[in-house]
Amino acid sequence: MADYRQMWSDLGMDMENHDNLCQVLPTAVGDVFLSQENRPKAMDFWDLVISEVHGIRPAELIEEQKKGRKVFGTFCVYVPDEVIIAANGIVTGLCGGSQFWVPDGEKVLPKSTCPLVKASVGARLGRTCPFFRIADMYVGETTCDGKKKAYEILGEDVPMYIMDVPQMKREKDILKWKDEIAEFAKKVEEFTGNTITPEKLGEAIHLINEKRKALQRVYDCRKSKTLPISGRDALLMTQISFFDDPARCAQMCNRLADELEQRIKDGVSVVSAGTKRIMVTGTPLAVPNWKLHNIIETSGAAVVCEEMCTGTRYFENLVDESQTTLDGQFMALSERYMKTNCACFTPNTGRIDDLLRLAKEYQVDGVIDCSLKFCCLYDTEKYSVSRALKEAGIPVLSLETDYEDADAGQLRTRIGAFIEMLS
Amino acid sequence: MSISYYAGIDIGSTCSKTVVMDGSGKILHRLLRPTGWSSVDTADAVLKELDGFGIAQDERKVVSTGYGRASVSYADKQVTEITCHARGACHIYGTDNLTVIDIGGQDTKLIVVQNGQVTDFLMNDKCSAGTGRFLEVMANTLSVRLEELCELARMGGGVSISSMCTVFAESEVIGLIGKGEKRENIAYAVVNSIVQKVASQAGRLKLDQTVCLTGGLCEFEYLRKRLGEVLRCEVIACPDGRYAGAAGAALSALRLGES
Ligand code: SF4
Ligand code: SF4
Repeated sequence: MADYRQMWSDLGMDMENHDNLCQVLPTAVGDVFLSQENRPKAMDFWDLVISEVHGIRPAELIEEQKKGRKVFGTFCVYVPDEVIIAANGIVTGLCGGSQFWVPDGEKVLPKSTCPLVKASVGARLGRTCPFFRIADMYVGETTCDGKKKAYEILGEDVPMYIMDVPQMKREKDILKWKDEIAEFAKKVEEFTGNTITPEKLGEAIHLINEKRKALQRVYDCRKSKTLPISGRDALLMTQISFFDDPARCAQMCNRLADELEQRIKDGVSVVSAGTKRIMVTGTPLAVPNWKLHNIIETSGAAVVCEEMCTGTRYFENLVDESQTTLDGQFMALSERYMKTNCACFTPNTGRIDDLLRLAKEYQVDGVIDCSLKFCCLYDTEKYSVSRALKEAGIPVLSLETDYEDADAGQLRTRIGAFIEMLS
Repeated sequence: MSISYYAGIDIGSTCSKTVVMDGSGKILHRLLRPTGWSSVDTADAVLKELDGFGIAQDERKVVSTGYGRASVSYADKQVTEITCHARGACHIYGTDNLTVIDIGGQDTKLIVVQNGQVTDFLMNDKCSAGTGRFLEVMANTLSVRLEELCELARMGGGVSISSMCTVFAESEVIGLIGKGEKRENIAYAVVNSIVQKVASQAGRLKLDQTVCLTGGLCEFEYLRKRLGEVLRCEVIACPDGRYAGAAGAALSALRLGES
């Protein structure tokens, strides 16, 4: 492994505490990923990236910063990467998925805040994540209350821009989101010193569409009864796609999809015939949150789809590439992003339509609807989600968990019983 | 040698139950022992008992279940307690359609079984509210045995405990004792509290079929009666109910033997 200690120290990180984090990660990666049998060869890319997750990509970002490029950190799939890329900026996801960061978050936030928010704030304030150090500007959004208030606290420590996400999906809300995107574009131009032209925005739209298509190609392979990739591996790919360079991400996903398509032709599956196929839905699973997938897949079932922001919500729907004016492009962006079905919106019946459609497409035997503790939005939506799925004859298990391991035994019993129930 | 014994071992958090069946599903042996500190030691002790019955390794299939199911190293398979309680209850109560309520030492399970298949289930969360543990703590505070608590409750009324949390409820009970409240009224409040908690969970499931009680509390007549009143349906129970999990595991062993 390359030595990144100088880089981390230059970033002003808490070296001692960060060492603790660096010590536990390899074991987790070994247990969750490397122990699997018959993995696609193309996973070697993501194995490498995750093994040096705080090294390789951060070093690249710093190199780009030296050339004058700006790095924007985002927390929600509603923030349009295209606008940032059109101004030669770089986007990196910033959601915290480890219990390691939670105590530092709890120093300033109520305990009854969802772990994703606590970990994100803790990663910044505790100075134990290079991505949180590198980002020149954070882009927040008015989605859930926990995040809105947390951004006020983060904003005291780092430049912060907030996008006002609508709460409904009427025609006027789509227009409003278009205006928000246009205003954000101005801010990005100002911050980067680069002008966004229709040509550049068009290229960025194309680039991100290509990335979406590549991710979709891998997911399409998971629809096959010959399951060529585990849920854990697919999740890792999706999680890393929030941090990676979009062109390389598309290239690597396409390389993986090539192999998976061949596997399907050759009848190579990672599970035995008859293994129960699970779709997971709910709140995002930020790196390195692999707890749910790991329990499901070591209890005899396979995860074949994630209806979540670290899943289909990230890449489904493309932006119309035919627009040639900024105004038309902003509208096209708004229309695409407003198709994402998040529980922050009311009503959010589109999510139920998605779930019913995906359950068919991915040939799922059962759905596990899991929300992070203290996420009242997704927790409340479990009621309508489970009712709709049950009505359609699809078994569903509703769970709530956080980043701690304390409930692993309980989860294992519930998930195990659910899988037995499907047999 | 052919398989002629099917053992189900249910390692619960407080109590471990073992049932041995013959190939026709008839219960030959029932064993009960406290789980104690180590579920591995408990599993070993059960093995000695099986040996004591003259059941040799090549004559038996063993399925383990319950919270300590992974500790039974000699089990041929592990099955979760949800599936086992469902199978066992169907066997014991002789029906394929019922809703099982198991008030266990550490958790409470509600399981809907239709045509012999689990179609839905709920487990309570990490805390001990609404579990056997809650009743035990309260019985201790009142210095009575569990059986006595339930019988005392039958004669009481008029008092309620507002807190669902075992720790807070305990101090409420201590407060009631301090105020000189009659023991039977406090006992009533305790039993009523657990019944309400279970009923509020049950509200999330369809309850249009026979409800049965399994687990260690199914012999407590008054609890069963109160539960029926609050759920507005008949709740059935029988002494073998506490072996439902183990019986279900034994039936799973039988299936293993068949396949
Ligand atoms: S769940 Fe909602 S708020 Fe969270 S990332 Fe997804 S769209 Fe954004
Ligand atoms: S999981 Fe829920 S509470 Fe947490 S950040 Fe997302 S929307 Fe907010």
